[in-house]
Amino acid sequence: MIQAGVIGVGQTNYDSKRRDVSMAGLVREAIDHALLAADVEWDAIDAVVLGKAPDMFEGVVMPELYLADAIGAVGKPVLRVHTAGSVGGSTAVIAASHVCSGQFKTVLTVTFEKQSESNATWALSPRYPYSPHINAGAGGYFAPFIREYIRRYDAPEHIGWKVAAKDRQNALKNPLAHLQIPGIDEKMVSETPMLWEPLRYLESCPSSDGACAMVITSEEMVGSRKVAWIKGMALRSEGTLSAGRDEVNPQAGIDCAKDIYQQAGIHNPRKEIDCAEIYVPFSWYEPMWLENLGFCELGEGWKLTDEGVTRLDGSLPVNMSGGVLSSNPIGASGMIRFGEAALQVMGLAEDHQVEDANIAMGHAYGGAAQFFAMWIVSSSKN
Amino acid sequence: MSNDQAPKDYRESLIHLEYQYTAGSATTTFLNQVKEGRLVGQACPKCQAVYVPPRGSCPRDGIATTIEVPLTDKGCIESFTVVHIPIPGNPIVPPYVCAMVRLDKANISFLHLIQGVEIDNIRIGMRIQAVWKPKEEWTHSLENIKWFAPIDEPDIDVSTLRFQAS
Repeated sequence: MIQAGVIGVGQTNYDSKRRDVSMAGLVREAIDHALLAADVEWDAIDAVVLGKAPDMFEGVVMPELYLADAIGAVGKPVLRVHTAGSVGGSTAVIAASHVCSGQFKTVLTVTFEKQSESNATWALSPRYPYSPHINAGAGGYFAPFIREYIRRYDAPEHIGWKVAAKDRQNALKNPLAHLQIPGIDEKMVSETPMLWEPLRYLESCPSSDGACAMVITSEEMVGSRKVAWIKGMALRSEGTLSAGRDEVNPQAGIDCAKDIYQQAGIHNPRKEIDCAEIYVPFSWYEPMWLENLGFCELGEGWKLTDEGVTRLDGSLPVNMSGGVLSSNPIGASGMIRFGEAALQVMGLAEDHQVEDANIAMGHAYGGAAQFFAMWIVSSSKN
Repeated sequence: MSNDQAPKDYRESLIHLEYQYTAGSATTTFLNQVKEGRLVGQACPKCQAVYVPPRGSCPRDGIATTIEVPLTDKGCIESFTVVHIPIPGNPIVPPYVCAMVRLDKANISFLHLIQGVEIDNIRIGMRIQAVWKPKEEWTHSLENIKWFAPIDEPDIDVSTLRFQAS
């Protein structure tokens, strides 16, 4: 298979309302940054892969139609990807697969959400026919699984506050991050109002406008550029309403992680992966995913968080950029994880750079925790 | 970055969507039974998993759930959340308890409300039973059940609820 690598990552700044740009302008802003970072011109792009979360999030159906010119897809193949919240990750994997297939040399991929143009909690809380109207947004959906995690492993409540404070402290080192909360700490998180018990306001992700783009190319086109080599990538799904599902520790997540570790030759992820950008929209998903991804045994994830292992200066930094808890343009949130992992191994993460980061993970999940997308990137080709 | 430019014109325009819903044979059967105050699950003939509400096929085996399994309106709280914020478009006034209700003998849970108990006393594994609307108000909807309320029976260990195909 052809080796593919990321040669440019471009992001907008993230904010609750980017009213200075249209949807097309927002997407183009990220693309311009990515092309500049990659040092490639438009004519080098062979295909464009676009991703975003449900169209209800803006109320613009099939935005890929109207965005075709803004994303430079005229005269080129374009593909739109959708796997709910994991779509940013899935889109990156699809784009990289375009390159690995040998069909395309250089692919531009971009994902976005402009949440200010509608209301995601409304869009995620539809009235289903013949049922009581009790869907209560993403937090309402995931909170019961968090409660079950806490019960199952007798985890203390400050773990959630700790994750929420840690990610926002990291965000203070990332000028693009949406939430910039000076002085953020566990106490401040613990004093914010309850939204969906056991989740408090600051344990939940914001609603953001933003876009993220990447240029992915084949090894022959790399030249002297800095590269994040893609050593393993995978997608997995599972049935939404399937008997025997464990939504605290989904099988699809376990299988997806095993797949990328095998591709990348990783036997001990806790030791061999230098840092990870993991999709944590609600605080408790950090320890839950640490276990799901095999960084530790079941029930041990919250202890890693508690011991400070996942801090920027810990032995396994997680969400150095501030994570989904600090910036959440949903459709782009997965790609930001993948792109930030790439920036780490390229040594371009500036103030939130992990020293000597050579192997990094990008992770995203979506829907009812039934879609997973992951990759491993490395600073070295072999 | 162009944040320093003056904001462009921004206006709200509401979308109104109407759609036709085709329930399909499994859901139609289920809702006809619900209209009579009965909760009937459907089981997979291969793995025996009991689905309620049934969707007509087993996601594990990909075959029709042809076996009808009459259920009671009793079960337990598999997990729950207390919603403290108003949800756009939703008429229920917070705080309210939204629970994953696992009926006895069923292998998946569905979301419904819990009432008739202090919120602080609600627990995972708590035994509950449906509180039905008056019979004359019954229709083709799980809204025939107003909510679930606790009953005086010992809690269930929810770790025993996980379905495993034999």
